[in-house]
Amino acid sequence: MGELNVGGKTVAVDEEGYLENRDEWDMDIAKAIAEAEGLEMTDNHWEVVNFLREYYDEYQIAPAVRVLTKAIGKKLGKDKGNSKYLYELFPYGPAKQACKIAGLPKPTGCV
Amino acid sequence: MSDAKRFLYVNRKAPYGTIYALESLEVVLIGAAFEQDVSLAFLDDGVFELVKDQNTEELGVKNFSPTYKALGDYDVNKIYVEKESLEARGLTIDDLQHLTYEDEDDDWAEKDSIRVVTAAELAEIMEAQDIVLSF
Repeated sequence: MGELNVGGKTVAVDEEGYLENRDEWDMDIAKAIAEAEGLEMTDNHWEVVNFLREYYDEYQIAPAVRVLTKAIGKKLGKDKGNSKYLYELFPYGPAKQACKIAGLPKPTGCV
Repeated sequence: MSDAKRFLYVNRKAPYGTIYALESLEVVLIGAAFEQDVSLAFLDDGVFELVKDQNTEELGVKNFSPTYKALGDYDVNKIYVEKESLEARGLTIDDLQHLTYEDEDDDWAEKDSIRVVTAAELAEIMEAQDIVLSF
């Protein structure tokens, strides 16, 4: 268990850098996590991150990549609902990396 | 898909108080990634797992019941609930969450996932499986 300091605010994270309490999440924290992962957040990144947060609010889980891909395609259009697009945004895995930035727990089934 | 095995996950315990219900659900979600033929059965106190409008605030544990709604996204759309177990607990299908899936082969029409079956029908369903996992 570690800590992340963002603009004077300290939040608890687990050994892999996932937020312990997703209610502490805000956009600055997301940016800080993304930066540590070597990513710069664009509108396209935010779109996926916000989608994941909404999915979690509704279903209480982070979706598997296959489910995420299908759901993104349905909501944001076919050109975005494919793994090539999502992996380009999040090279270390859309579910795993985007969930971390979204302040969600690691997706179920992700090792 | 011809070599896909038929998996049935049998849920028999109340949702909270033990970890069985949540563990079963997580195994189902993980297993769904392997494109097997997955069914779920709810019987005995397991029927309580699907009761709608659950509130766990007083229990201090996470209410994971909204996650059952995601099963359709995971292509898990055969959910059997035993009629006798519902009746013995004074429940009907109207007390349960409305779980649906979109049928890819039918222009993505929204269809019901839950089927209420008798104990005898459930026995036949179990007989037809390759693997039955009980929680």
